[in-house]
This record gives sequence, structure tokens and C-alpha cells, in this order.
Amino acid sequence: MIANVGAQLGLAYAFVEREIALSKRYWAWEIVWLVYGIVTSLSVAYIALGAPAITGGGLAQADVSRFVLYLLVGTITWRFLGLIFEQMGETIAWERWEGTIEYTFMAPVPRLTHLAGMCGATLVRALGFSVAILAAVALFVPVDLSHANVASALALLATGAVAFIGLAIGSAVFPLLWTEKGLQMAYIVQAVVLLVSGVYYETTILPAWMQVLSFISPATYVIRGMRAALLDGADLAAVWPNLWPALLVGAVSIPLGLRIFLWAERHAKRTGRLKRSG
Amino acid sequence: MAIQARDVTQSELKMREPTVALAATGVRKEFRSARVLPGGGSSVRAVDDVSLEVWRGEIYGLLGANGSGKSTLIRLFSTLLTPDAGQVRVFGRDIGRDELAVKRMINRVSVEASFFKKLSAMENLVYAGRLYGVPPEISRPKIRSILGRLGIAQARLNEPLEKLSRGMQQKVAIARAFLTAPMLLLLDEPTTGLDIRSKREVQTFVRDLRDEHDATILLTTHDLDEAARLADRIGILHQGRLVAEGTPAELAARHGGGTLEDVFMTATGRRLDEADDTSGETGA
Repeated sequence: MIANVGAQLGLAYAFVEREIALSKRYWAWEIVWLVYGIVTSLSVAYIALGAPAITGGGLAQADVSRFVLYLLVGTITWRFLGLIFEQMGETIAWERWEGTIEYTFMAPVPRLTHLAGMCGATLVRALGFSVAILAAVALFVPVDLSHANVASALALLATGAVAFIGLAIGSAVFPLLWTEKGLQMAYIVQAVVLLVSGVYYETTILPAWMQVLSFISPATYVIRGMRAALLDGADLAAVWPNLWPALLVGAVSIPLGLRIFLWAERHAKRTGRLKRSG
Repeated sequence: MAIQARDVTQSELKMREPTVALAATGVRKEFRSARVLPGGGSSVRAVDDVSLEVWRGEIYGLLGANGSGKSTLIRLFSTLLTPDAGQVRVFGRDIGRDELAVKRMINRVSVEASFFKKLSAMENLVYAGRLYGVPPEISRPKIRSILGRLGIAQARLNEPLEKLSRGMQQKVAIARAFLTAPMLLLLDEPTTGLDIRSKREVQTFVRDLRDEHDATILLTTHDLDEAARLADRIGILHQGRLVAEGTPAELAARHGGGTLEDVFMTATGRRLDEADDTSGETGA
């Protein structure tokens, strides 16, 4: 049993090592994404800093500081969750583009191990990017984390990561089912989640039908909880109302995402879609 | 080219090594195009009721024109496709029910090299080794040895693969397959697009490794010379059906003597180069 777990971890590590090697070889693109992330987050922070001028000067300095942090928590948390969604969602599309998809699916690696390895690599990259963006933004914009409850924030991030991994695994099957347009569909799902999850605003301002979507998006709860933890110092008990729905989505989305992935793999093998060129 | 006198009869092969490495029975695969309108769409039967056996230690050559179903058959054997009908067993294991066990026993070289282009040969092969449970401390010296035999200089091992020539990439693909010591190796037109010298090096390597490592090899090709040079037995695939099978000598005897080209023409009704020209690329 332990030997088998060790063997599976070894197999999963193959994907982590591969992704790290690819990041090194595509270093110029990694810098592009990092700079893009920093610039986007900084731009959002400057919107908050410029709020007094935009609104005619009716905001006190304390309100501006809170607004800056409010937007930064949203944008950086979304960056973290979005990276998980993107990278996991591109599991199939990337390998199809490289031409390696048949070799990965032919290898004697259980699909669960394959996806666990990809999750490991994704989490390493998403965490690295998010920390780097936060550090870079803090150099330019005053970030007041004096009231932050770090434990609550970490618990929410971990829960959000799990929930997004499940959603991303489910979305990764689009390129298996629709070889030409599957990835575009995954990006549309991601964009809709961004719109309805209150990344830059409260979800209460959304039209009623969008609020239905925000209700089922785990990002809604994670971002709301992160704001409570980092702006108001909410402890675990206080963020629980936001933690449990995200946990629930994770508990449902991971097994469901896996089941969908395995079904899509069988379908692709039946219909001949598991090809490098589609 | 005349069929050379590597006259190993079927009975001699069976006596030498009776284990069946690959057994396909009544395998059928059809592809349907998308239906845009109700009642629309079409279907192509890429593999039509194919039954064959490949014995342990044998090199079995599957000869056919473009679009004859060779690659589909290889993809069925390598678990990338599921058959619509029929059964495939690898060393007695059903590829559907014992998929993971079968995957551990096989590897494949496809006509495209299929690598992470920015990674080096060493990085790609170490990764491939890990997927088959071969740790880097074992795979690295093995990679150097195999690629050395295939004529790739050590200095090129750490260059991104996209900087290597097509022939070199294909040699790395062959090294990837042999690295995992597969019991059954599926070679899907491994020398297509290679220059004469590289082609000969690869063919020699395939023969040597079969002799040294007791591997069983199923080779698809539309190169008559390659089939005659490498294969102990040859199957001719035409429009998805296996229309002839036997050792080169048996095929020659059965189809009136002469060259493998004559055999192909008698079995399929057309020359191989004509069949290639008219079949086009169907992806089968």
C-alpha cells in the first residue's frame, strides 16, 4: 500500500518536474505573464487610489486605504484562482499543441495520478505568481495588512484552490470533446466566473440572473471571505459562512470533474479524438 | 526488390517461440463525421474485421498504402482507440479490461516524433522514463547509450529538440520507446521522412534490439524494402482488411513468386505507389 502510494507520487512528480522544466524553457513568456499580472493589479490599485478625484473628493483617507485593499484582495485572489483554472484547463489543449497527448495517454499512469501531478505543478506556479505580484504591488502602493488574519486567509485560499481544481478538471475536457474550439469554451467559462464572483465589486449589484451564477461560483465565497479576513481580521469562525460553501463546491466538483474527465477520455477513444492534431 | 531468403517458416517460428504477444480477433473500427444536418454525416470503416497474431520475439510487418488502416490499427493496439467490435490481447491481457497492465508492456513510435519541443532530448526522455517508473539515475546513462548507438552526439542531448533535425528527432523517439524496455513495441512508420543513412541506422537498431532484448515488434510501413528487410512475417492491409499474411517466402510462394511488390499487387489489385497516390491522407 505504502509502496504503491510512493510509486504514484513518483509518477505524479514527473508532471511537476516537466512543468518546471517547461517554465524554465519558456522563461520569456513567464516574465510576460508576471509583468501582465503586476501591471493589471497595480492598475486596479491606482483606480482605488484615484477614487477621491474620480468621485469628486468625497472619500476619507481611511476609506481610500480600505478601497485599495478591497480591490487588491479581489484581483490577486482572482489571479491565484484564475491561474489554477487556466493551467489545469489547458491540460489537454497544451499537450495537443505540443503533439504529446497520445504519449501521455498511452503511458501507464492512472488518470488520477496524472491530474494530481498537474495540480501539484499548477499550485506551485499559482502560488509563486501570486506572492510575486503581491510583493511587487506592495512596492508601489501602500498596503495596510495590520488587521489581517493570515490563518483565515490561507484556509480560504486552500479551499478555493481545491474548488477551482475540480472546476478546471471539468473544463479541461472541452478540448477532448471539441478538438478545435474546446479551449475557447473553457476561457468563456472562466470569463463568466470572473464576471459573477465579485472580484471588483459586491455581487449584490449584479442583475438577479447573474446573482444565481454568483451563488454557485466558489470564487464568490473565497473572495468575500478573503476580504473579511484581510480587511477586518475575521477569524476562522467568522469566515465559516464563506468557507463551507467553497468546501462544498470542492467536495462536489473534484469527484464530478474526475468523473466527467474519465467519461470524456472514453468518448475520445471511441470517436478518435485523442489525436495530436485533433 | 526480390524477397530475400530469410526463410523462416511459420511452423519454425512457432516452435522457436510459441507465446502469442499480440492477438487481435475480429477487430473493427469505424469513424463517423459530424452530422450538420439531420440524416447527414458519413462514416468510414478504417479497420474491418482484422484478426492477426504476433508471436513473442517476432518482427511483424504490416504493409499498406496511406489510408489502409495501419495507423488506426496501431492506435487500437496502443489503447488510444477502443474497437467497435472484436478483441485485442497483449500477452494474454485484454486491452480494455487490463488497460494499465497492457500499457506497462507496450510502447509506440509514431510517424511524428511528438515531443515537448522546447525541452531537450535528455529532459524529454527522463520525463518519459519517469512515466514508466524508470528513475533518472537509471534512465540517464541508458539514454546516453541508446542515443549514442543511434549516432546522436552527446553534445546535442541538452539542446531543445526543436533545434534537432527531423531524423534526429525520430531517433530520439525510438530511444524513448526502447528506454522503457517494452515487451511489445509498436512502430508506426518509424523511418518515414528519414534520409537513407538514418533509415538504415534505425533499421539496424530495431533488428539489434529485437535480437538483444527479446522484444516483439509490430512495424507498419509502406516501404516494401523496409518490410522485406526487417519483418519475419508480413501482413498486407488494404482498405482496412488484412488481405494477405505470411513470411516473405510464403507470400511469394502463395502469390506466384517474385518480389514483394508483385505480392502486394496480386493481393490488392494495385501497385503500392498507385495506392498511395489515390488513397490520400484519411488519418486512418
